[in-house]
Amino acid sequence: MSEPILTIKNLSKNFFLHEQGKEIKSCHDISFTLDKGGFIGIVGTSGAGKSTVLRCIYRTYLLTSGEVIYNSLCYGDIDLAKADDRQMIYLRKAEIGYVSQFLSILPRTTAKQHVIDAALEAGFSQEEAERRAVEMLEYFRLRPDLWELYPATFSGGEKLRLNLAHAMVKAPRLLLLDEPTASLDPDTKLLVRDLLLKLKNEGASMLGIFHDLEFMDGLCDKVYNLSKGSFV
Amino acid sequence: MQSINNINEPTGTEKPILNVKGLTVRYGKGCPHCMNGGELNKNTCPKCHTVWAANGVDIELYKGEILGIVGESGSGKSTLMKSIYFDFPVTEGEAYISSYMDGKKNIFDVNLQQKKFIRNNIMGMVYQNPVLGLRMDYSAAGNIAEKLIAAGGRNFGKMTERAKGLLDSVEILEERMKEPPKNFSGGMQQRVQISKALANNPEVLLLDEVTTGLDLSVQAKVLDLIRMIRQEFGVSILLVSHDLAVIRMLADRTVVMLDGKVIERGLTDQILDDPQHPYTQQLVHSLL
Repeated sequence: MSEPILTIKNLSKNFFLHEQGKEIKSCHDISFTLDKGGFIGIVGTSGAGKSTVLRCIYRTYLLTSGEVIYNSLCYGDIDLAKADDRQMIYLRKAEIGYVSQFLSILPRTTAKQHVIDAALEAGFSQEEAERRAVEMLEYFRLRPDLWELYPATFSGGEKLRLNLAHAMVKAPRLLLLDEPTASLDPDTKLLVRDLLLKLKNEGASMLGIFHDLEFMDGLCDKVYNLSKGSFV
Repeated sequence: MQSINNINEPTGTEKPILNVKGLTVRYGKGCPHCMNGGELNKNTCPKCHTVWAANGVDIELYKGEILGIVGESGSGKSTLMKSIYFDFPVTEGEAYISSYMDGKKNIFDVNLQQKKFIRNNIMGMVYQNPVLGLRMDYSAAGNIAEKLIAAGGRNFGKMTERAKGLLDSVEILEERMKEPPKNFSGGMQQRVQISKALANNPEVLLLDEVTTGLDLSVQAKVLDLIRMIRQEFGVSILLVSHDLAVIRMLADRTVVMLDGKVIERGLTDQILDDPQHPYTQQLVHSLL
């Protein structure tokens, strides 16, 4: 029986739009537990609230009600919904990774520097950060002649691979994946799958949204189907 | 280069570098209505027309972080910055700097000499308008020397070296060091201002709309410079900006001000992606 790393209790999220005077219900009453080293997949139609769940865990969104208990290395069990802003910033840098389908990058930062920065943030030394960055970029087969370029000019797949390298270079304990394979070719998809499997075997816990059922096969311990804001 | 992991593991007991409590700047005498927390018309008392430019603002700034401040014009952003830098007298409120008197002395409560000391040694300010921060007729190097002399520098050779180093780090050419900033472009003036603010290795840097009015490529240079300063010197920065993209790119945490009050605070991406207050929603939805 393994211990849980993440326990979600009755998570609900409504968006209240003041200007329109409308309340939009996104997720309601979602509860689940992610064990250490586990992998949970979430599937569902678009608009079902999959990304909202992930963003609530990462604190990009504030919960309307419910608890997100994360078992962290430095604070023990902590409710991410109520954690201090600065604790959250620290956890994001050191323990929790988030991969979205879009690349968010500081302008005028080269691809390699982008990955190195992430490793530095997680507390690796300069040399170690560089070594890890190169390893990640090579792993995701980003062409070396692109490393010193600004990613604004990259193709969609290249951006995504850089995104993955950026998130994984930190070796996060908890990885939140928001459709990381959406625009990848089959070869790269396999690469991502292998790496996720490797990370899983190394003990990372993951929560991912995928559209590709085949991709999830053998990777996820559990798959939840989200429909109209709650699990079915 | 220092690691950019400036935000260390918060222990819960560490003190903010700058802690502002209940800062209030009031223009006018006040009347029983507004002094007792009666309803204001925006930031003005409907009965006695007293303006509450800042109204009980609390700010905590920690080591190595960038705290963004957003809000419409007239919401009290600059008032806040300028009162922290002692440009405006404060009506009420306290502020503590952890390295000054061990964070036990309210800096609004000290004498003029001490205020000058804090301004010259602990804080640096960059104004939106370079005219406020620079002496336009002195040379660029002279502007920096002015700040060094104020902090007790007397050695001409050392000061010249320091000025050269600072101007070099903001990419002002050595041969233009002796020219007065009035001959410079807006972006260059802003960069001279930043290097002047950095002259005495401040712990707190106050940046008031530093990129407003600059063209995009110059803006980019200034933003890169701010990032570099944070990485290399580990200073804590209060960043006021209208530009939400700038805030998203640089700030770790953000506070939103309206009518002299802080109405919302949180992680920058949370403020911009899931704003709670009606005004913040309106602000974010106004983005192009």
